[in-house]
Amino acid sequence: MSASLLIRGGRIVDPANGIDAVGDLLVRDGRVAAVDTSGGLNAPEGTPELDARGLVVAPGFVDLHCHLREPGFEEKETIATGTRAAARGGFTTVCCMPNTHPAIDTRATVEFILGQARAEGAVRVLPVGAVTIERAGRELVDMSELAEAGVVAFSDDGMPVADAHLMRSALALSRVLGLPVMDHCEDQSLARGVMHEGRVATALGLGGNPAAAEDTMVARDIFLAELTGGHVHIAHLSTKGAVDLVRQAKERGLAVTAEVTPHHLTLTDETIAGRKGLDGGRHDGLAAGNAYDSNAKVNPPLRSQDHVDALVAGLRNGVIDAIATDHAPHTVVDKLCEFDLAEFGISGFETALGNVLALVHDGRIGLPALVERLTWGPARIIDVGRTGIGTLGVGAPGDVVLFDLDQEWVVDAESFASKGKNTPLDGRRLKGQVVATVVGGSVAHAARDTVMAHGR
Amino acid sequence: MAVSRVVEERPAPSELLGTEPRRQHVLDLDDFSAAEIEQTLETADAMAEVLGRQIRKVPTLRGRTIVTLFYEPSTRTRASFEQAGKILSADVINLTSSESSSRKGESLVDTARTLEAMGADIIVLRHSMSGAPYLVARHTSISVINAGDGWHAHPTQALLDLHTIKQRFKRIQGLKVVIVGDILHSRVARSNVWGLRTMGADVTLCGPPTLLPTDVLEAFGKAPGGLAIETDLDTALDGADVVMALRIQHERQTAGLLPSVREYIRCYQVNEERMGRAKETALVMHPGPMNDGVEISHGLAHGARSLVESQVTNGVAVRMALLYMLASPGVES
Repeated sequence: MSASLLIRGGRIVDPANGIDAVGDLLVRDGRVAAVDTSGGLNAPEGTPELDARGLVVAPGFVDLHCHLREPGFEEKETIATGTRAAARGGFTTVCCMPNTHPAIDTRATVEFILGQARAEGAVRVLPVGAVTIERAGRELVDMSELAEAGVVAFSDDGMPVADAHLMRSALALSRVLGLPVMDHCEDQSLARGVMHEGRVATALGLGGNPAAAEDTMVARDIFLAELTGGHVHIAHLSTKGAVDLVRQAKERGLAVTAEVTPHHLTLTDETIAGRKGLDGGRHDGLAAGNAYDSNAKVNPPLRSQDHVDALVAGLRNGVIDAIATDHAPHTVVDKLCEFDLAEFGISGFETALGNVLALVHDGRIGLPALVERLTWGPARIIDVGRTGIGTLGVGAPGDVVLFDLDQEWVVDAESFASKGKNTPLDGRRLKGQVVATVVGGSVAHAARDTVMAHGR
Repeated sequence: MAVSRVVEERPAPSELLGTEPRRQHVLDLDDFSAAEIEQTLETADAMAEVLGRQIRKVPTLRGRTIVTLFYEPSTRTRASFEQAGKILSADVINLTSSESSSRKGESLVDTARTLEAMGADIIVLRHSMSGAPYLVARHTSISVINAGDGWHAHPTQALLDLHTIKQRFKRIQGLKVVIVGDILHSRVARSNVWGLRTMGADVTLCGPPTLLPTDVLEAFGKAPGGLAIETDLDTALDGADVVMALRIQHERQTAGLLPSVREYIRCYQVNEERMGRAKETALVMHPGPMNDGVEISHGLAHGARSLVESQVTNGVAVRMALLYMLASPGVES
C-alpha cells in the first residue's frame, strides 16, 4: 500500500479538517501529500488519476464493528470476501469482532487475523480482542498481550459482559492500555425474545425484547465507566433510552462513546411484518407478503419508529459518535428456517452508504456530519490519532472513498462480494453509491471504468 | 359438480365464494374479510348437512392429497382435519415430527418441498414456532392451512369458534366476547381477535398483566368491533355474551410470569359465581385441551352454559369447508 494517485475535481468532504469544497487530492507513496481546493494540483509525471467530477471525495470509511467470521466460520465469510465487501461499501478500515472460533482471545489468533488480512485483505483490518476467554464471561483475557499484538479494543460482542465485577475489571485494565471496551448491552434475562417487544411482536406472536433490556445495561456500563475512568463504547445502540443515557454521560464528561448501525437508523420492526395485514387486506397471494422475513432478524432488534427517530437525532447532534455496520454475514441455511431458529444478523457492508444517505436526502442530517460519523468519529474511538485514519490531513494514510450522492440503484444481494446475502434490503432502491475505494493510494474497488483516467 | 348434491336447498358453495380470487392459503384471519368469513361459515353449514347423513362421504376431493404435518402434539385439530379430508374423499397422509424445536434433521422447507414433489395439494401445518406456515407458503407452491403456529395464529379454531357463536346467538355483530387467560402465548386469542372484530363483535382481553402482550391495542389494526384490555376479571365479565377461557400452561409459573396456579385460580378462573357478572344468556367456550378446574370450573365447563362440545363438532364442518374452498376442482378462478 504505497502507491500514488491524483484524485481530480471531486467535492472533498473531510470533516476532521473542516473541509467541504471542490478540489484535488494527491496521494503519494501511500499517504495524503496534498489537498488543494483553490485551483489544481500538479502531480509527478505518470501519476495515475481518478476523475472525481460530480462525486464526493471523503476519507475512507472506518467501521468499528463487523464480523469477518474467520477463523472458524469460513462458510459465512472470510477475511478475503469480507474485506472485498467492505471495499465495495467504501470502508478502508474495519474492526472485526472476536466471536470467531477460536475467539480472538490469544496473541496467536490476533496474529493469524493480521496475517490473513495482509495476505488477502482488500482493506485494513483491526482486530477487536475478546474481554473474556472464549467469550465465556468468566476469566479475563491477557489484555496487555493482546493490545501489544494489535487489538484496538475489547469486546465479547454477541454477548454482553454480564458480570458487573468482570466488566469493572476489564474497564480498569483497558484504561491503562488506552483502549475501549465495546459492550453489547443486553440484559439477557430480560431479552428472551427474537425481535423488538411492541405491537409487531404482539401481532406476529414472536417473543419480544424490551428496550429496557438495553437501557439497563447501558446505564450499568456508564456507572462502571465513571467508577473506573475506563472508556466504554456502547455497541449498536438501538433505543431512545440508551441515547438519553449516553447524552447524559457525555454531559458529565465521562469516557463514553456509542455507535449505531445503518439498519437501526433506517428500518423498523415493521420490516418483519412484511406485507402481513396489520391493517387488513389479503396477502396470501403475495408469497405470504414476506412476513417473518428472517433476514430482518438482528440483535439488537429493529425497533419502532420512536426509537429510530431518537437514534437519528442522536447521530445528528453527536451523542452517537459513529455509524458501524455490524456486518454479520450468514449462509442461506442459517436464515432459511423458522424465524425463532434463524441466526441473528444482517450483511451490511454493501448497503451501508446507500442506506444512511437516505438521511441526507431526507434532510435529517447534513452530508459533512454524516461523513464525520463514518470517518473521524469512529477513528477517534480506536485510533486516537495514532495512524491518522479517518482524515485527509497531509501525512494521513491515503485511504479515500469516492461516491455518487445521487446514483440510484437496486440492491441485489446475489451480487454481493460478501458471502452473506442476508439483507432485508434485497430488491430495495437506494440512492447513493460508492464509485471507488482507495486504500493507501491503491484502488481497492472501482465501480465505473470511466473513473479511471490515464496518467499524464 | 359433485358437491351440488351436498347443498340442495342452499346456494352452491361455488356461488358463495363470489367473485373474489380463489384463496390459496389459510394462514390467519387477518386477511379474511367479513364476507369471506360469512361464506366460510355458510359453507360449513352445508358441510354439517353431510355430517348428518347416514353415509358420511362425498366425492368432492377425490384424487386430492392432504398432508397433515404436525410438529407439535395435537388430538382434536389433527383428528378433525383428517376426518374432514376423509369425508370429502381426499387422500390424507398424517405426518408427525418431534424435531421442531431444534435444527437437527430435515428442515421444514426441505420437508415441505419433498411433500410438494410427491404431489401433495394441501399441507395442514401445526408448528410450535410462529410464522412457520408463512415459510412453507413462501418456499413451495402448495396450499397451506395453518393448524396453529406458536403464539401467532390458529385460524381454523377461530372460525369454528365464530361458527359456534353464530349458531347459538344467530349473529356475531354487537356481541361482547371476553377472552380470559394467557393472551401473550395464545394463538387462539390472536386469531379470534381478528375474526371476532371483523365480524363486529367487541372483544375484551383479560388476564394477569404478565400474560398480556405489549401494545395489544395497537397491534390489531382497525376493525368494526372494539378491542379492550382488562386485568380485573369481574370488570371484564360485566355484560359479556361469550366468555372464552384459555388453557393456562404450568410452565408460566416456573418462567416467573405467575406466582402460582392457586393464585391464578383465585384471580382468573371462570366459574359459576363470576359468570353472575355476565349476561344471563352468556355462554362459555374453551378451545381445549382443558385444565378442568383451573382456568374454568368443572361445573361450568360441563354444564348447560358450555359450548365446548359444539366447538368440537363444528371443528369438522369448518375444516371441511376450508379444504373444499382451497382444493375443490370446481372453484378454480
